[in-house]
Formats: sequence, structure tokens, C-alpha cells
Amino acid sequence: MSNIPETGRTPRVKIRVITIQVLVFSLLLTLGGRLWYLQIRNGQQYTQEANNNHVQQVVKPAVRGSIVDDRGVPLADNATRLVVSANRTALLKQPDDGKAVLTRLAGILGLNAADVMDRVRLCDAKTPQPCWNGSPYQPIPITDKATTKQALQIMEQREDYPGITAEPTAVRSYPGPVGVNAAQVLGYLGPVTDKEVAASEKTDNPLLRSDNVGRAGLESEYDQQLRGKSGVTRYEVDNLGRVIGKAGATPSQPGSNLVTSIDSRVQALTEKELAQAMKNLRKQFDPVSGENFKADSGAAVVMDVHTGRVIAMASNPTYNPNVWTGGISSADYKNLTDKKSNYPLLNRATQGQSAPGSTFKVISTSAALDAGYPEDGGYPCTSSMNVGGRTFKNYESESFGDISLAKALEVSCDTVFYGIAYDQWKKDGGIHPKNPKDWFFKTAHQFGLGKKTGIDLPNEVAGRVPDRQWKQDYWDANKASWCKNGKKGGSYVEQIEYENCKDGYQVRPGDSLNYAIGQGDTLLTPIQEAVMYSAIANGGTMYEPSIGKAVLSADGKHVTPIKPKVAGHLPDSKKSISYINKALAGVVTSGTAAWQFGGWPQDKITLHAKTGTAEVAGKQTTSWLATYTKDYAVIMTISQGGTGSGGSGPAVRKIYEAMYGIGADGKVNPKAGILPKPLTSLPKIGSDGSIDAPKLKPYSPPKKKEPVDPNASADPNATANPNASPDPNASGQPAGTGGGTQQVAAGPPATLPRRD
Amino acid sequence: MAGTSGFSVSGYGPRRSAWARMAARDSILRKLDWPLLLSAITLSLIGSLLVYSATRNRNSLTHGDQYYFFIRHLMNAGIGLALMIAVIWLGHRTLRGAVPILYGLSVLLMLAVLTPLGSTINGAHSWIVIGGGFSVQPSEFAKITILLGMAMILASRVDAGDTEHPDHRTVAKALGLALVPMVVVMLMPDLGSVMVMAVIVLGCLMASGAPKRWILGLIGAGVVGAVAVASLGILDQYQLNRFAAFANPSLDPAGVGYNTNQARIAIGSGGLLGKGLFHGTQTTGQFVPEQQTDFVFTVAGEELGFVGAGFILLLLGIVLWRACRIARETSELYGTVVAGGIIAWFAFQSFENIGMTLGIMPVAGLPLPFVSYGGSSMFAVWIAVGLLQSIRLQRPIAA
Repeated sequence: MSNIPETGRTPRVKIRVITIQVLVFSLLLTLGGRLWYLQIRNGQQYTQEANNNHVQQVVKPAVRGSIVDDRGVPLADNATRLVVSANRTALLKQPDDGKAVLTRLAGILGLNAADVMDRVRLCDAKTPQPCWNGSPYQPIPITDKATTKQALQIMEQREDYPGITAEPTAVRSYPGPVGVNAAQVLGYLGPVTDKEVAASEKTDNPLLRSDNVGRAGLESEYDQQLRGKSGVTRYEVDNLGRVIGKAGATPSQPGSNLVTSIDSRVQALTEKELAQAMKNLRKQFDPVSGENFKADSGAAVVMDVHTGRVIAMASNPTYNPNVWTGGISSADYKNLTDKKSNYPLLNRATQGQSAPGSTFKVISTSAALDAGYPEDGGYPCTSSMNVGGRTFKNYESESFGDISLAKALEVSCDTVFYGIAYDQWKKDGGIHPKNPKDWFFKTAHQFGLGKKTGIDLPNEVAGRVPDRQWKQDYWDANKASWCKNGKKGGSYVEQIEYENCKDGYQVRPGDSLNYAIGQGDTLLTPIQEAVMYSAIANGGTMYEPSIGKAVLSADGKHVTPIKPKVAGHLPDSKKSISYINKALAGVVTSGTAAWQFGGWPQDKITLHAKTGTAEVAGKQTTSWLATYTKDYAVIMTISQGGTGSGGSGPAVRKIYEAMYGIGADGKVNPKAGILPKPLTSLPKIGSDGSIDAPKLKPYSPPKKKEPVDPNASADPNATANPNASPDPNASGQPAGTGGGTQQVAAGPPATLPRRD
Repeated sequence: MAGTSGFSVSGYGPRRSAWARMAARDSILRKLDWPLLLSAITLSLIGSLLVYSATRNRNSLTHGDQYYFFIRHLMNAGIGLALMIAVIWLGHRTLRGAVPILYGLSVLLMLAVLTPLGSTINGAHSWIVIGGGFSVQPSEFAKITILLGMAMILASRVDAGDTEHPDHRTVAKALGLALVPMVVVMLMPDLGSVMVMAVIVLGCLMASGAPKRWILGLIGAGVVGAVAVASLGILDQYQLNRFAAFANPSLDPAGVGYNTNQARIAIGSGGLLGKGLFHGTQTTGQFVPEQQTDFVFTVAGEELGFVGAGFILLLLGIVLWRACRIARETSELYGTVVAGGIIAWFAFQSFENIGMTLGIMPVAGLPLPFVSYGGSSMFAVWIAVGLLQSIRLQRPIAA
């Protein structure tokens, strides 16, 4: 080894090599440190990013639950349509990116091949419509109008159509059994908004951009229950988006079914009778306005008085709810929302409010009894009454002498209630009230007026009780405009505004007189009326009205009953209630409704009624008819429909006859009736969770002779007073059309037609 | 068996069995640097698994045979091991005599790349396709001939005892020798390899004890050159962006930025213990391009985690530590310079390769020694291991 020199170990070389070594190891340490930083310190963040990278979700929407009637007959259901979809991932695996497949497909479906290809391309800033705006992993629908034959062709030649599926897909439909429409009760679905999607992101059932949600009616109110949960399949994909594996799947959970208290046959009949009544009215001449009745809108409610459940709810004008299926066309939407349409989307039973007319007198009677006025007080039913220099007339200046409260209800005598109201007004301090008892206002509130009933339908309106507080608020809100425009001794409107400006906050004697007979500024909805009369029928309990009866899980295993909720109790004593009951039965036998109920089997099925004819400034009168038996309350109202008994009497009678099975001869045959007793049980549920629905035939009345056409002149009614239409905006009336004050100022019109 | 063999290492020693000879104190096997060898073998084996993981689903590359790259990698490592044995058997001193021939050969091969014989693979025109699925990257071998050539020139007068350190003339000659293949590689162009060669030159110069001014001068020239290139507008903005994208992926989001971003996600998502071999989502999903070659470290980072990736760093550290030891302990300058060049080569290439996957170095197409898939690179690093072993063995020039 001596021939090997030690030239490699000079001090300089040694130092150099050590320097190299130090450099090398500092580089390695740098790498180690950076590795720690990425993997340990920021590992979580990169794990998240890696997951976002390679996992894609495909969402399968849940099947929406059905809405069924009390017997299980579907009112809102899912229809199946054959949807042909293309799977991009599978298409892109084709050598020509699926062009040949799509061309073949277009041929079978009879579509333009270029259109089909455009449909499956992904949207971006440069791509014009049509293009696919959803997830590229979601099957892209090509058409939802495939025929069975086309679908079979595709599915039988799988190898020719890789990535193409033809599957039945659910779309919402409203089958309308036995002619049911119920468009406003059922509501409709509409696409979600970006805002809703964002808001739902953090909930346990987030909405998808492709989702539809309930936008009105029961579809909206019970949306959460009906919607179910979308299923999500998570796929692992590679850098080109090709699916390389499944990362897990959550199956979709179908939505629950909603059992309602709606009875299809009663509902269909109620709708039909309401429409028929309005049709008949339009053929009738109204001597007051000098033209035929317009009968522009109406509503009817049938309620189970023991529970507050709604058995039927009709609103007219109406529309076909199936226009919403698969997305509404802009023309259809315009038709539904245009002014000319008279807003068929509105549910007049819960969103229409008007002055109740004489149907309000049960409240006035209760108030009088509670205030201590005796039942048989010998109240003078004079032809007119003078208060504050004005004359308040009875209908057609009728007079009945000194009568009881019951008789006053029966014949709907205004002057009796004027007298009591004026007496109370004076006791409360008149123009300058001192600790007023306000029996009449208080009782109206106790009857649930001026606040929402809480029915399970969205956007209910509250109505109005024009009490002292409201008068003050209304004056505060309007005095500036009144005082600006009002002029003493000016035109009619200017004179009113002048007076309103001066003392519009006061409850003047005329106000309390009008109020006592349900005229003036009072507004209520048909559903409020139904709750109030149901309470009288059942002995005093007011229920929160409801349509939903139970929510059934899709598998039928979980039944969540929706129990009737007590909203309050009438202020009346048992004695008062039975007194009013008797009086209202008298309305049918010998009162204002008697002429419509000739031959009614009152001994078997005791019917009670109160008629109402409410005046509306510038319009024909609103007809009201509130009726009840021991089981049912039926309310019907028709805007610009004349008198309560005349407009709605025959229709309401037919509804009762069908429900109880009353023949033309007045015989009661419960077997012929479509609902002689309210149903308390839920429909039968099959082992697979499906609801057994009986096959129903629409009610057809037993053959009888042509019913007597109601004759306007035979109607023994009348009333003075203005106000309110079933327009939901009525609460914000402009000064010129509002208020009993005007009525007082102007005096009653010269000719007053009829009232109830 | 022992008695039948007529061969013995030393005519004076007693006859010994083959096993005994191998285990003997003075045997080559006993004297080999085992930590170095075992680390290199382990790295190659880990590399084969990572390469397999990265390629088993890449049908377009494997043509349906998912073990294609796995087997190739093992074959390459085996050939590399054989080359190492050959180099040990020949001895680095013997090779010293052959350096001019080897050098000339490698330069000729590289020039051939510039002729129509050359092929472009992955953007680098640095390959000669032999056929049958084989191709050679002459620049990998040029790294060896450069360091051997430099060592020969730098150490010749010192080892002869003429001077204590290489003088300026010698240094200039050595630089001239290195410059020729570097210019050829530059023409390909394969900037990554040029950088490695420049670092090899620096390593050789440092280890040789050449005057400091040369080393500092070279570093200074490199810096000035880089600044000049960047500021004089020789490169287009997109080229600068591509270079800088390692630090800011948004500069080249579809190209280099995408690579570095996906590489970082792959490594970062590995966490402490990794997602398990063959279970990396970034790897299975092929989100990281060139994953079996330049970005092979991302597979380790994702599937083996901090522990596994750190283990690779540790093994590389052992290789470099042993190489430094060999450089320090060898007696003649020639060995020291060769070892210095190899250390610079391995260290820089490892740092650049791993550094770019970690986002701290610009992206350049350089393989990770032993681990990345690639025959030429594998052969070259194993030849280098052979040289290191040979230097350690201090074997005399073969007769």
C-alpha cells in the first residue's frame, strides 16, 4: 500500500469535504422540515383538498310523499314519466366521446342529433344554451317524453347505448279524484332559490339546486315532511373525472305521506256547488246595481265541529294545479297572476276577507247577553232608528214590534242591535269614553276575530276588529292625507276626509251601530267564520282549524297524528250558547233562511243558520251563509253575490243533503250519504307502506224534480252599510273607501236592498 | 467443494472455503461499505413499490400489464447492482486509465442525441431509442464521465506529488473538459441535467482543494448569469412564470402550477402514517403527472406518510453520509474528487427532486436517485455506488 499517496487527506481537502458534508445535511434537514410542515402541520387541510379532488357526488332526489284525503285517496301524487338520460362519464369512455351513441339515440327519439349533443355538453361562460348546468357526474336528462317503445328499444340494445338510461322518473301530479280541484289547498311546487339552497346548507337535509319545494298550500306547509331526503352516491374519480370506484352511498329516503281531513267527494261537491251557485247568480238580476250579479269570487268551508278539521275547502276562481307539473310555462304563469285572472292562486277561504254582515250578529248577541241584557227584553224592532241626527233603517223598513234577542237573530232585525249597541256606547262614555267596557269589541276578540286562526296553510290573513286601538292607529296613519285633502262643504269624498281629519280616531255612535250588525270596518275570513260557528255548535270550544290529520312515514311504520288543538273558548255561558243555538235553528225553520230550507228534516238533522249580506262600497253585496249541524259547519260566501240565503242557500243545502243522504222527499238515509259522520280513523296502510285507497264514485244526488230556482225578490233581507271585499289587500284600504264613519256622514243610501 | 477449487486470492494463504473466504477479515465482502449498499438496495426496492403504485392503473402507459414498470424497475436495479459489481471488480483506478475513452464515448453518444437518432421523451430531447422498449439517456452517463474526467485532471499532478493542490491551469483544463458535455446537454435542451453537472463540477472542485476563487467565482458567475437571463428578457414571461410557479402555482395553473399543487396535496394529505400503500387517492386518481419518475416521492408522501417519506430521506442521508466518509478516508485525491462529485450529484439531485414535490424548488425533470423509474438514471447511480465502494476498497490497479 505504500504506492498510494496520502494526497486525499491534506487539511484543506479535509475541510472542504467536511464543508460539503455540512451542506449536504443541511439540505436534507430542510427537506425533512418542509415534509413535517406539509404533512403534520397542514395535513388536515391537504386531506380536505384531496377529498375534494377525487370524490364526486351524484344525487338522487327523494320521492315526494303523497297528500291523501281522509280515506286515503291521493290528492297530490307522483306521476311517472319516462326520462332518457345520458351519463357523461360513460360517453367519454367511447372512442369518439359518445358521438355515435348520441346520434343513434337522437334517431330513436326523433330528435335532432346536434341538439342532443349540445344538451350533454357542460355549460361554461362561452357555451350557449342548451348545455348541462349540473354536476358532470349526474345523469343528464335528454327528454322526459319518451314513449315505452322508445325506452324498450334503448334498454334492449344496451350495448348500442352505453351510458344511456331510460327510467321512469317521478313528477308531481294532482290526480283530482272524483273531480276534486282543491288547487289552493294543495298548493304547488316551485324550484328552489339560490338563497334557500344556501340557507339549507348547514341543515341535515340540504336542498339541491335541482330541487322543487312547496310554494303554496299544503305542499308548502308540510314541505319538510313531504320532501324526504335525497340520496347521495359518492364516486371516486381520477384526474380526468373518470369514475374509478364508489366511495359510499346514502340511499334516498322517500318523503312521508300526509293524510288530510279533506274528503274527496265532499270537496268535489263543495267546489261544484260553489261554482254552480256563482254561475246561477250571474244569471240573476240585481235591482240595486241594475245589472246581473257579478259573483266574481267565492269560498266555502266544510268543517268537523268537534275537531276543527277541514273536510272541504273551496275557493273560486280556481285553476288546474297540474299546470305546475314539470315546470310552469310562462304563458300559464301569466294567466294565473294577471289582473284579468282575478287571482285564482289566492285561497279565498283563508286569504279573502270581507265584512261579515249579519253573520256577525251571533257575536253581538253574545256581547249583549254577557253585558247583562236579558234574553227576552222586549227590544223594539222598529223600522228605523235616529242616532246623532241620522236615520238608521231596518231592511225595507220592516218592523216586528218588541221582540226577544232570539227573534232578532232569527229575523235579523238591525234596529234591535242598533239599540243595544247605542245604549252600550253611551254607557262607555260616548265620544269621550271613560273606562269603557267595550263588550262588543271584547266579545269579537273572544270569538277569535282579528287574529289568524292558525290553520295549517301558509299566508293566512287575520281579518280585523275595528276597535278603539285600531281606529286610533288608522287615524294616525292617515290623518296627514285626510287633513290635506279634506274640505268642509267640499265634494262627498272631501267632506268625509274633512270629518275624518277632525275626529277620525273616535268611535262615533254610527260606528258602533254599524259594527253591531257586522258592517263597517270589520273584516273576517271564511275560515274564521267556520271556527266561530263550529264553536257554537260544539258547545263553546274554538279549535285551531287543520287539514293535516296525520303524517305517515313512507314505509307506513311511523304514524304521527296531528291532533286537534284547542285555540280558546267562547265567552258565552252554556245557557247563552243553547239560547243562540235555538235561535239559529229558528233561522232555518221560520227565519231568513227558511225559504231555502222548505222540507228540511229538522227533527232528524237539526240545522242552524245565519245569513249575512254585507255591503261593499262601489260593489254589489257580499253574500254570507253560516250553517251548522251537531257535526258539521258549512260556510259559504260569494263576493258580489247578493243575499246570504239567496246566493248560497241551495248550494249549502245540497252539500248537507249529500253528506247525510237526505233524499228529495226529506227522508234521511245515512247509507246514501257520503259522510254522515266525520271520519275519525286513518286510512288503512298496506304492509309495504302504501295507503289503501278505495275507489270512489262522485256523489250523484238521487233523482228528483228540478229544484226551484232561487228568486231574488223572495229574499226577506236588507241592510245599510258599506265595505270590504274578499280582496286580501283590503286591510289597507284607502281613505276614500273605508269606514262606517263615512256611512254616518253620508247617511244611509236612499234605496237599501236586502240584508240578512 | 473447497478442495476442488484451484483458485486462491493469495498464494501464501491456506486454502479456504468460498464461504470462509467471503467472511474472512480481508475479504472484499467484509470490506464493502454495507450501510451504503443496503441503503441503496432498500431505496431501489421501495422505489419499485412506489413505481408500481403509481403505474398499476395507468393503462395508457402499461398497455394493460400492471406489473410492467414494477418488473422493469427491479430489472434496472438488478442491472445496476451488476454494474456496481463490475465497477468494484475493475476498480476505480483501472477506470482512471479508461477515462479518456469513456469521456469521448459519452460525448459522442450525446452528440448522437442531437442527430435524428435522438428522441424527445416528456419534453426533453435527451434520449436515444434503442428499440424493443429500451432507450438510453446519455446525459446520465455523462455525469459520471464528467466527474471521472475532472478527477483525473485535477488529481493527476497532486497524486503524482508535483503540487499540493490543483493549480489554475489544471482547474481551467478540468472546467474545459466539463464544459463540452454541458454545452451539448444545453443544446438538447435539458436544463435540469446541466444544473446537476454544474453542481458536480462544483463538488469536484471543492473536494480537490482547488483555489477558493474558482469556486466562489463559479458560484458568482452562476448567480450573475441567472439574474441576467431573468432581467434581460431572454426568457419569455411564460417561461419565467413556469419557473416561479413552484412558489406560486397560480402563475401557471394548468401546467407546472397544477403539478406542484397536486403534488403538495398528495404529500400533505398523507399525514403522519399515510393512506397505506396502494391506497392513495391522489395516486390512484392519477392527479399527479409523471408520478413514477420525477414525482415518485409524492407516492411515498401520500401512501406512506411522514414516517415513510422520512425513512426515504433517512436512507438518502445514510448514502450521503457514507459517501462523505469514503471521501474523507480515502488516501489519494483522485478518489476524494470522484466521491466529492458523486456526493454533490446525489445531494443536489435528491434535494431538487424532493424539493420540487414539496414546493420549495422549481420544477425540473430530474429523477430521485434509486427511487425514480428510469434505466439510465438507475444504472448511473449504481455505477456511482460501485465507484464509492471501489474507492473504499482502495484496490490496486488490476493487472
